[in-house]
Parts: sequence; structure tokens; C-alpha cells
Amino acid sequence: MRRLLAFGLAALVLAPAAHAQTGDVTRGRHLYGQYCIACHGANGMGVIGGRAGGQKREGPPLVGVGALAADFYLRTGYMPLRQVGKQPRRSRVLFSDAEIRALVAYVASLGHGPPVPRPQPERGSLSEGLKLFTDHCAGCHQVVAQGGFLTGGIAPPLQDATPTQVAQAIRIGPFLMPRFSPRQITPAQVNSIVRYVEYAKHPDNRGGWAIGLIGPVPEGLVTWFLAATTLVAVCIVLGKRLGRG
Amino acid sequence: MGRARAFLLAGAALLLGRRRRRRLRPGEREPIVTAPAPRSPDAELVAIGLLLAAAASGIAFVVVYVLDRLPAHTQLLGLTLGLAFVFLAAALTVTAKWLVPNEELEDDYPEQEHPDEQERVVQVIEESGLTRRKLFVLALGAAGGSIGLALLTPVASLGPAIHLARFSLTPWRRGTRLVTEDGEPYRADEIEEGTFYTAFAEGADKEALPSSLVVVRLPKGELDLPPENAGFDADGILAFSKICTHAGCAIALYRKPMFAPTDPQPALICPCHYSTFEPAKGGKVIFGPAGRKLPMLPLAIDGKGYLRARGNFDGPVGPSWWGVRMKKPTT
Amino acid sequence: MIRALVRFIDQRTGTAPFLRKTLRYLFPDHWSFLLGEVALYAFVVLVGTGVYLTLFYEDSTAKVVYHGPYGPLQGQEMTHAYRSVVDISTTVKAGLLIRQTHHWAADVFIAAIVLHLLRVFFTGAYRKPRELTYWIGLTMLTMALLEGYLGYSLADDLLSGMGLAIGYGVALSIPFVGANLAALIWDGPFPGSYAFFPRMYIVHVFVIPALLAVLLGAHLALVALKHHTQFRMSERESERKLVGVPTFPGQAPRSLGLLAAVAAVLFLLGGLVQINPIWLWGPYHTYSATNGAQPDWYLGWLIGALRIVPGFDVVIGHYTLVPNPFWGGVLLPLAFFGFLYLWPWLERRFLGVRGYHNLLDRPRDAPVRTAIGYAVATEVFLVFLAGSADRVDVLFSLPYVPQIWAYRVLVIVGPFIAGLLAYRVCVELQRGERVEHERKRAEHAARAARSRA
Repeated sequence: MRRLLAFGLAALVLAPAAHAQTGDVTRGRHLYGQYCIACHGANGMGVIGGRAGGQKREGPPLVGVGALAADFYLRTGYMPLRQVGKQPRRSRVLFSDAEIRALVAYVASLGHGPPVPRPQPERGSLSEGLKLFTDHCAGCHQVVAQGGFLTGGIAPPLQDATPTQVAQAIRIGPFLMPRFSPRQITPAQVNSIVRYVEYAKHPDNRGGWAIGLIGPVPEGLVTWFLAATTLVAVCIVLGKRLGRG
Repeated sequence: MGRARAFLLAGAALLLGRRRRRRLRPGEREPIVTAPAPRSPDAELVAIGLLLAAAASGIAFVVVYVLDRLPAHTQLLGLTLGLAFVFLAAALTVTAKWLVPNEELEDDYPEQEHPDEQERVVQVIEESGLTRRKLFVLALGAAGGSIGLALLTPVASLGPAIHLARFSLTPWRRGTRLVTEDGEPYRADEIEEGTFYTAFAEGADKEALPSSLVVVRLPKGELDLPPENAGFDADGILAFSKICTHAGCAIALYRKPMFAPTDPQPALICPCHYSTFEPAKGGKVIFGPAGRKLPMLPLAIDGKGYLRARGNFDGPVGPSWWGVRMKKPTT
Repeated sequence: MIRALVRFIDQRTGTAPFLRKTLRYLFPDHWSFLLGEVALYAFVVLVGTGVYLTLFYEDSTAKVVYHGPYGPLQGQEMTHAYRSVVDISTTVKAGLLIRQTHHWAADVFIAAIVLHLLRVFFTGAYRKPRELTYWIGLTMLTMALLEGYLGYSLADDLLSGMGLAIGYGVALSIPFVGANLAALIWDGPFPGSYAFFPRMYIVHVFVIPALLAVLLGAHLALVALKHHTQFRMSERESERKLVGVPTFPGQAPRSLGLLAAVAAVLFLLGGLVQINPIWLWGPYHTYSATNGAQPDWYLGWLIGALRIVPGFDVVIGHYTLVPNPFWGGVLLPLAFFGFLYLWPWLERRFLGVRGYHNLLDRPRDAPVRTAIGYAVATEVFLVFLAGSADRVDVLFSLPYVPQIWAYRVLVIVGPFIAGLLAYRVCVELQRGERVEHERKRAEHAARAARSRA
């Protein structure tokens, strides 16, 4: 509880949102022209069917996506995307914090869009979070947020997702994820979900070594490679008689 | 019995024969365990030490059990009890390998068969005195069979095995409202594109397979419903059974493209075996093992803007069974 | 003291001769003969821990709202069954240790049976006069699979509920009688009536364990009546003569040591390695699901099979003959166990293996059997691997759909390749031995000739 509270406070203090509006729009436009314009088009108008240097160059318009989306994609390392059409994956963040703030400020200036959310997990309810997560998220992300597969992509594990990023992803629906509006999942409910996701990073593993929290597959590995191997070794030790080869 | 003893004695004699034969004193019996026990005081000490360690671990388990405020209680319990058995196993291993005599004896395998006895068994049965033996056995079989049948008949009470109408029964009829898990009716205008909703038949048991729906909205222009599902949507809102037609898991995945030109098309996916259904095409299977499309429910929007069913599903809900395609869902 | 006890027993039961014989029963020498004992001792642990769990479990699917000490489930609606398992895992002192040990014991029990089966198959231990022992063993394996499935289904958590739904789908898919059968088992369509969980419960805690115990008794009695098989380790062993260590004092500490070792491994795992944390999965509802649901390892081959079968039902006109889950969920296990049950007969009929056998083959001694067994095992293993393709995609970014296609090809081609390979290896090994033998003889002859000269 205390940890959650501290985390929430830290999130408040450090929230990029606090700086997003203060980023340097001019610098952002410059960076945008360098890294983003090929796929997202001039002034964030988007590109469909574009090609450059033998590679596909297309991407959705950014007008109206707001600081929320720009902040999410840049801080997860989803953007810049290495190859158009590939699922964005969490990777090394290419920009410095100041550069991200500038880019976010620029994208936010393109049109009226939502700001970076500030989830307050300490205000959410853990049990409501589990319920909402089961209903809306577990089908893809697995019930303890260990990630999962769906035809066409994967749902990433949420171990590395910050509370802000979880709140952002709920609203954006990156790649193949559904997009949940405040009408479907209220900000208060987002707090609960974020609280649950934070819990799922260190859940109650009262049973001991958690072996991945995805159920029977690692359990089977332990059965064979730990238990069965040990017992076969015991059989060999016990089965060998002295004086026999 | 006597044979076994003879064999054992023979085996023992064989082993004995290898060593110097000792003359028995009067009143003394031939020893049975003839191999020498290894004299190993060190191993004995080790075994005793291990047994004592096992005893200590056993006590530790009881102590841990009593001190239930300890952190990682389950782990300490498992560790103490597990170690008790580890020490015991080690002690017994030492015993087996270094403390007890390691005799190797020979024994004959049992006789393959007893032709004489077999004949006698047959003889006994044949001399049973019955003249119409065949008929008697037949009648006995009839009695046994029918009593068995009689005793098995009540098994039919276990479930409605003959009348399978319940398998096609759904709570949906013309006008049934779609409600949330908490029973709140869904309004058409709250169903948004790019997301999915779980809905239930108003007033129905939510756990019954035909009750639950997955509801999505697609742009009307993207709909490509087959003729038999024409008009099933209400202003682009589509409702499907939430239960996979393959093996009955809940369709808890909705993939929707963030950017349609490069991403796969919208689809409903079952997380058990990844059957993938395309809502724009009326729930057609586009990947995975499902053999039947996802049942679709025709929708309408009432005067107050609430979503209602406009009839029943276009096919039976849940996993397929023998003849399923002939069944029409009924209310 | 001992004399008094023996006298007491003999006077009341007349079993002193039997006791003496038992104490001097011979166990031949090879570690692989202990694998069956591992299964036996896992079963002992299962019964012990299982009885304890029944003292707390509640087999009711009536709904209750949770207000126990575990935070994330506060206020959630769940069944009494699930709630009681959450309680065993949270509030019952040592309950979680026993529950986890029970679950690990089930996993290890079946692993040990499988290892034992592999040993029996590839050494030809099932041959006359031991076919009955073998068939009883196979029956115990099928019982154990069902028992394990029922066991984790009773918890009524999200994962187990999904497993039951799949079981229902598989039952429905049986041609002619599927729906009728499912109606009998579930008392109507899934999730069934209030009677379903009590039915599973009694089958899990009484019917199958009792059957297993009876079969186990018969299995052991048959082993003892016909005596153990043995490898030819020296000139002493033969089809008529068994060489081994007597139960007492030689074998007893070994067997008891193994019992202690099995208990040690299971209790250590039960305390230290978390298994099936149902409090994290949450309660089951027919309309909820979690990604990548998997059964326990011993049913993994079935989920793999269900996943790789292409999407089709066999339909004539408008009539559904065979729904899809039949192939992976019914036909594959039927074919597999059918093969294993029929194998002794097939071998007799087509490979001409007759007569009494007390001496075991090494796998290379019977290349055809080894090849066929290897092919079947490869098939099952490939299908088993296919079940984890989704996790492989998530962890190693190996795309799922191409993986499934690869498995579809592999399950057809793989067994043949594996079988041919095994056959070749056996033949080569035999040839190598023959050459070695010839060489030794030639050397011996040469030496003899030299010394004569």
C-alpha cells in the first residue's frame, strides 16, 4: 500500500505530463521533420500508400491524437517504427527526455487532443481492477498481465508498463488493441486497472517461486526437468549395487 | 512352498559353496542371509547422523507450524518437511549401499503353466451335472444381461440425454434487451467503434452459454455480411455469441487495427485455440480450428435508443455436436 | 520382541511361509526397474495429501461473495468451490503446502508412469506372460489422466473453468452420442446443473482412486506372481533363472529410501515452487477467458492437437457428422491408447514375437519395435510441442501461424523420419557389436595360434 502510494506520488511529480505542455514546439517540429514525417506526413496529416527508398512509408495521421498518444509511443520506444506494418514493440527509447517533450508538444499542437493522463492507482480498488482486467484485458494480456498471443500479433506483458503508459494504452489501443473511451472505462476505473497492473508486477506469490505466472507450461518444465530428473538420478544411485559395473 | 524353500536353500548353498564350508554345530541352523554384512562403522555413524537430522527437521516442521506469524510460512513448512524426507532418504541410501549385506541370489522363474491343473479345472466344470448346459448358460447370460441392464437404467436420470432440445434453447427472443454484467441495458449510442462489449440477455442466467454476447461496432461501409445475415446489424452494431463454436471458451479477444492499411482486419479471437472470426463477414472463420461460424444475433434499436434482439441467433450456440447444423435456436 | 510379533501374526493369519517368501523375493538389478516405484510412491503422497484437502473442500457451485483476507478478490462473486480452494490456499494453516504438494504429486505421478511405460515398451517387458500387467498399467495411466483433469477442474478458477469448457466441447464432438453423453455428464448443457461438481468430486476422490488402488494391487500381484523381468547382465541370468537382491535386507532400504526421496521432492516443490496459484487466476465465468489457457502437462498433447487441426467439421449436406474437436480431443488419444493396448497383439501377429520372455531386450535388439515406438512417441511429442506455439511466439517472436503450419507438416512427416532414424541407429549398433565380437574372436584366435606356434 505504502509502496503504491509512493509510486503514485512519484508518478505525479515525474509525470511527463507536467512538462509536456512546456516542451519546445519549434524544436519538436524540427525533430518531427527528421524522424517522423516520412510516415506521418507533413503537419501530421498521415500517409497512405507511400514508398521511399524501396520501403513502404505509411502511417496514421497525428492530428488530434494529442500529447497522450505521442508521449506513449515515444516513451515505450514503439516509435520510430523500424519497419512499416510490423507490430511496434517495446524497445530502447531513441530520444532524450527533452526531445520527447519537444516532440510531444509539437504533436499536441497539431490539433485538439487529450493530454497525458495522470492515473492515480492509489485511488483505485484492487478487486475492481482485477474484475475489469479480467473482463477487458485478460483475453489478450493474460490474467496476471504476462502477455499473450493473438492471431496477427502479440499482446505484450505489462511488467514494464508504467501506470501512465497503461492509462494511455487503454485510451489509444495501440496496434491491434481495442480502444476504450472514458465512457466505457471511466478514469476512476482506469485507476483500478492501473492499480491491478501494478499489483500484477509483484503479486502475492505465497506459494513460493512463481515460475512465470502463466500456469501449466512452466509447471510441466519443472515437473520434467527438476522433479523427474532428480528422481531418475535417485533411482540410478539407489539402483546401482556395489560390486556391479 | 517346499519348492521355494528348496530353491532358496539351493541358492544359498550355491553361494555358500563358493566359500569355505563351515561345519554346523548341533542345534545350529543353516543361515539364510549368507552374504557378509559390510563392516563399516563410519557409514553407520553417517546413517545415524542423517536419521537424527531427519528427526530434527520433523520437529522444526512442527515448530514452524506453530509459529504461524513467520514470513514465507508455506516455504518454511515445505523446507522443513522436505528436508526431513531428504535426510531420511539419504540415511536409507547409506543403509542400502554400505550397511546391509548386498546378496545376489538366484531363483527360478515360476512355471510357465500347469497343464495338469488346467485339465482339472475344465474337468470340474464339465462334471457339473447339468445336461442342457448350453441352454442353461444362455439363460444365465440372459438373466445376467438384463439384470445388468436394469441396474444401469437409472444412469439415464443423470441428465436429459434423450431430449436434447435444451441444447438449442436460448434466452433471446424478439425484443430482448442487451444488458451489461450489472444488468444495465445497453444504449446503441454508447457502443463505440474500435472496442468490444460483453452483453447478456436481460433477465437470463449469465452463466448459460447462449446468454452472453460480444458486441462490436464497425463503420457501415466496412460491413460485408453474407446474404443470410443481411440486416443483422443495427446501424453498424454487430452482436455475436461470446462462446466459441470450437470448444466453448469465451471469445475474450477483439483485435482491431490501429491503422487499417497496414494492420490485420478486425477479428474476434478465442484465446484457447485461437480460432479467429471476422465480424464484418458475419462471424466467418478466418483462422484456427473452429468448423462453424460464430452465431450472430440480429439487432434493433428501440424508440428509447436501447439495443434489442430482433430474433434468435442464426445458428446453435457453443461447441458443435452431431447434427448441429440442422438445429434452430429456440426460445 | 520380533519373534513374539511374528508368532502373533502367524498364529492369527498363518502367513509365516508367505512372509518368508516375500522377504526373500528377488529384485533384479537395474535402476530403471525403480521408475514404477516412483509412480507408486507419488500415488501414496497423492492419497495422503488428497484426503487432507477433502476435509476443507466444498463441492458446491452456489454463488457466494468473497470477504476473506485476500484483497484482490474482495467483493467478487464466486462459487463455494472456488472460495474453499482460495481458503485452503490462504487461511488454512499448511493448507497451501498440502495443496501444492498434491498438485506436484499429480504431475510427477504421471511423469513417472510415462517413464515407466517407456521402459516397459522399449525393453519388451510387456510380452507373454506379462500382457495383463501391461494392460492394467495402461488402464491406470488413462485413469490417472482423467483423475488429474478432474482434480484441477474442481478448483473452479478461471483456468479450470476454461478447461472444463474444452472438455465439454470435446465430449460434444463424439459422433452419434456426443450431445447425449455431455447431457448425462453435465446434467444438461454446459456449465451443467448444481449436480455436476458433486459428480466430479465423488469421481475424483472416490471412484477413480478406488479403481486405481484395485488395479494397483492387481498390477503388483501380477508382477510378483510372474516375478520381475531382468536384463542379461552376465552369464547367470537366463529365461529360467532370475538373479537379484532379496526384499530383505537388500531391497527394503532401497525402496523405502526411494519413498522418502519422492516425498522429499514433492514436499520441497510443494513448499518452494508455486503451482496453480488459483487466487491469481480469479473465479471462472462462462463469459470470461484468459490468454494462453493450458492444461496440465500430461494433457498438453491434446491442446496441441486441438490447435493444429485445420478448421473444418465433417458435414454431409447440412448434416454435421464429426465436429472438429473430435480429431484432436478424441481420435488422437483413442489412436494412441488403441495402439498401446493392441501392441502386444500386433507384435505377435505381424512380427512373430512368441513364446515366454523373462529376459528383456535392449532397444537395439528389436529394431522394428524400437522404430515404431519411437515414431509414435515422436508424434505425441510433436503434438505436445505444438501446444506451446503461442508462448513461443510471445517469448521468442517466432510467428504463430507459420509455426502451426510447420507442425501440421511435421506431425505427418516427423514420425516416419524418426522411425527410420531409430531403425538405422539400432541396426548400426547391432552391426557395431557384431564387428566388435568378430574382432575379439579373431584376436583371440590369433593369440591362440601365436602361443601355439
